[in-house]
Amino acid sequence: MARRRITAQPSAEAQEPLLVVEDLRTTFRTPSGRVKAVNGVSFTLEQGRTLGVVGESGSGKSVLSRTIMGLLPPSNVEVTGSVRYRGHELVGASDRELRSLWGAELSMVFQDPMTSLNPVMRIGRQITESLRHHLDMPKDEADAMAISLLRSVKIPEPEKRVKQYPHELSGGMRQRVVIAVALACGPHLLFADEPTTALDVTVQAQILDLLDEQQRERFMSMVLVTHDLGVVAGRAHEIAVMYAGRVVEMAPTRTLFSDMRMPYTQALFESIPKLDLPSHTRLHVIPGRPPDLINPPAGCPFAPRCERAQPRCLDENPPLIEAETPGHKYACFYPVGTAEGDDALAENQRRGVQAAGVPVLVREKAS
Amino acid sequence: MPEVEPTAAILDVATPSGSIEPTGDTELAVARTKRLGVIGWLAIIWLVLVALMAAVPSLFPVPELTERFPDSLRNRDFGPTSGHPLGFDTSGRDLLSKLVHGTRASMIVSVLAVSFGLVIGGTLGLIAGYFRGRVDTIITNAFNVGLAIPQLVLALTLAAVFASDANAGYGQRVLVVTFAIGFASIPILGRITRANTLTWANREFVLASKTIGAKTPRILIREVLPNVAPAMFSIALLGIAVAIVVEGGLALLGVGIPADITSPSWGNLIATGRSQMLLGEAGQVMAASTMVFFTVLSLNYLGDVVRARFDVRESAL
Amino acid sequence: MNNAIRKLGQLALVLFLVTLFTALLVSLLPGDPAEVIIPFGDERDREALREELNLDDPLPARYVAWLGDFVTGDFGNYYRQSITEPVGDRVGDAAPVSLQLMVYAQVLALLVAIPLGVITAQRAGGFLDKFANTTAFGVLAVPNFVLALVLSYFVGVELGWLPPQGYVRISRDLVEHLKSMALPAISLAAGQVAVYMRLLRTDMVATLQEDFILMAKAKGLSNKRVLWRHALRPSSLTLLTVAGLNVGTLVGGALIIEIIFTLPGMGTLIFQAISERQYVAIQSLVALIAIGYVLVNVAVDLLYSALDPRIRNARG
Repeated sequence: MARRRITAQPSAEAQEPLLVVEDLRTTFRTPSGRVKAVNGVSFTLEQGRTLGVVGESGSGKSVLSRTIMGLLPPSNVEVTGSVRYRGHELVGASDRELRSLWGAELSMVFQDPMTSLNPVMRIGRQITESLRHHLDMPKDEADAMAISLLRSVKIPEPEKRVKQYPHELSGGMRQRVVIAVALACGPHLLFADEPTTALDVTVQAQILDLLDEQQRERFMSMVLVTHDLGVVAGRAHEIAVMYAGRVVEMAPTRTLFSDMRMPYTQALFESIPKLDLPSHTRLHVIPGRPPDLINPPAGCPFAPRCERAQPRCLDENPPLIEAETPGHKYACFYPVGTAEGDDALAENQRRGVQAAGVPVLVREKAS
Repeated sequence: MPEVEPTAAILDVATPSGSIEPTGDTELAVARTKRLGVIGWLAIIWLVLVALMAAVPSLFPVPELTERFPDSLRNRDFGPTSGHPLGFDTSGRDLLSKLVHGTRASMIVSVLAVSFGLVIGGTLGLIAGYFRGRVDTIITNAFNVGLAIPQLVLALTLAAVFASDANAGYGQRVLVVTFAIGFASIPILGRITRANTLTWANREFVLASKTIGAKTPRILIREVLPNVAPAMFSIALLGIAVAIVVEGGLALLGVGIPADITSPSWGNLIATGRSQMLLGEAGQVMAASTMVFFTVLSLNYLGDVVRARFDVRESAL
Repeated sequence: MNNAIRKLGQLALVLFLVTLFTALLVSLLPGDPAEVIIPFGDERDREALREELNLDDPLPARYVAWLGDFVTGDFGNYYRQSITEPVGDRVGDAAPVSLQLMVYAQVLALLVAIPLGVITAQRAGGFLDKFANTTAFGVLAVPNFVLALVLSYFVGVELGWLPPQGYVRISRDLVEHLKSMALPAISLAAGQVAVYMRLLRTDMVATLQEDFILMAKAKGLSNKRVLWRHALRPSSLTLLTVAGLNVGTLVGGALIIEIIFTLPGMGTLIFQAISERQYVAIQSLVALIAIGYVLVNVAVDLLYSALDPRIRNARG
């Protein structure tokens, strides 16, 4: 393995997108049928930028990141489409190719720090392992590197910690270690799959800040996957909202929040509890459940739960179209903030029911 | 052992009668219909054969035990010939006949030993698991002591000591061997019964019985025992297999069923066959060993099937 | 700490009861024990024997006397017409042989079972897995003494590859020693291989589903490395515990196998004692075996807590 620099520098290549995903589809073959977990996702990611991927459980967001990395087991899984990392095609790449990229170029931080660290291996070793594997570092150098990595993720007394086992650390510290392990070899692209979901609220912000800082220092690209729109609010350059295996809206963060079009995005936004609301305010809930991914109904997948659903929504699947602001795409026939959309909503509110028969209530708009 | 919470019991899939809640899971349905399979039926057929050999050996077309066949001796050829599918031992006697007649002793000893162990060990385990507290501690410690001596060693000690009377008759010796194996199996059978009782005794339906005012023996017999019974049956099958092997081991150690021409057993056939083997004739040892092998295999397989069928945890998957 | 004290208490209790039972075995002999032990002597010899074995004393006194003798290494005597010799001498020679046999068998079993367990776990559901599973089931149905007889005859006598009987000390010739122990160790190990392989496979399959395995993969490590360096260690704990506790099962089997292969171990000693009706010797030998077994179990328990860092820290 040739030695590489630990951190990427912005270069002339920074103009070319780091990651290009085109019409990616992941299908699982199960006894109950073929589950289309990812159903045609496309996007590009530039170097040094963060993409937030938001969606409920079952939206396909975790499967998406694992598919891009190539971590899914080969049996009973079909992947079609294209994923080009720095020009290399990852879909269909051999195990060896992928393994040379994992850890060194592409890295992942998993959700549960309790279970993503090897319980019977010392922390230092879990870090130095990748250093020695990918970068051929001699032992002392790797050990020293491990300590400085722990320091950079703000773990106090790193010299002591390297010799400890995962169970001796708190949840937040463990996640920092996981981040250190993931960043050890200086990858250019980091996938953070719900990195804070399993942590205390007080620790969540710290971890997100840490990821932020590392990303800026290393000029690394990051894909931040979460179900919580609030998490990506201040930390992603761009946000993609996923539903039922598809991207239903994608925009630069500011645009998304100021000009959201997809009713699902709006519903997600409104279900974030806000501190300044009066007490006992009813939390907004999106009614219904995520759709069946084996036999998805014709039409928009969100239609059965959408306040503004019209008969057209049940029959036709809205295509992803560009909004006025460049870089903003959405898939809806009656989007938020447009005349047709508002009319559709008003009509449903008047009727008291939407196209799929779900009752519609008039509610105050949360700001 | 942790107490099983009643609430956890509600979440268990199995209902008191042992039936499984309908889950619509195709795999569960398959597991239930696929009860025995070809191998299972073969196992049952074999065991039925063995039982027949034990009970009514005259049913089988084999020569008398004591009859000698001088031809084989003359030619020093003890292999199979027509009418003697397994050949002869080095005294010219038909091997198949010895095997068939030896079945009774081995089966009586194994079955009686395990029954003895189950009755005593099972009862103790039931009591320990149901009443808990001090009774449980005493009984469990007794089991632990019993388990502190390897089963074979315990059996052999008892057999050696009690069979020391040189004038002991055949019947007495058989009894000693049975008792030795049975006694040595009490701790392990007791412990398993206790474990099974623990999972059932705290279920809600037992509690319900108590609140109706049912007396303890009735609860034990009517509610707990029927649910523990299938597991115990499975253990019994496996236990008989072990007992057959221990009988063989005791025979080799010299404290088994007395080896007389009129009183063969699988164990002592292997033991006496050993001297023949040293002369180059492995027939008797191989034949008796094969009998043991197939019987143990069948018992193990059926024991597993019964256990999988009735094991609450496995079927709850 | 409480835990340790409780366990020590249990250990003491178990040892006490076990030794009590074996110590009083002689009293269980039908008829007059002295007569049974020395059928050949005269009344004076029997009186001396009663004196020596405290046969006329009440139970507790007898036990204490026996215990006192036992812990100082006096394991009683063989009472033969020609000579009376102490059991302790023979034990000193025999115990190492038995220990060697059991250790070799365990090591052999682990050496074979671990790779098999790992491979069948990796390709769970595949052909090798199913084949190994069925074979294991079949092997478990073969009593180890049967395997011993078969091996000793076919490999030892017919083929002549390895000695069917006899024992060679290490000090005399290492190679011959290993050859003489090969068939016995294999006979003992075979059943264990079946059990260990399945045990390890189950644990490994469960471990391989864990997140940290995926994470190790995502670090770009080779499959082999992930399997052996990451998955094996957490999965092997149950296996090692069982292997340690299994020494008990081995003892029973080892006794018989020693007899079949004429190895001069404890098994042969017991066999001889039984044939010669040397009850005092039987009593001491059984007690020794039982105590050894209990102590090994305790040692395994301690080792287990030392190996798993989680348990080590929890115990404090």
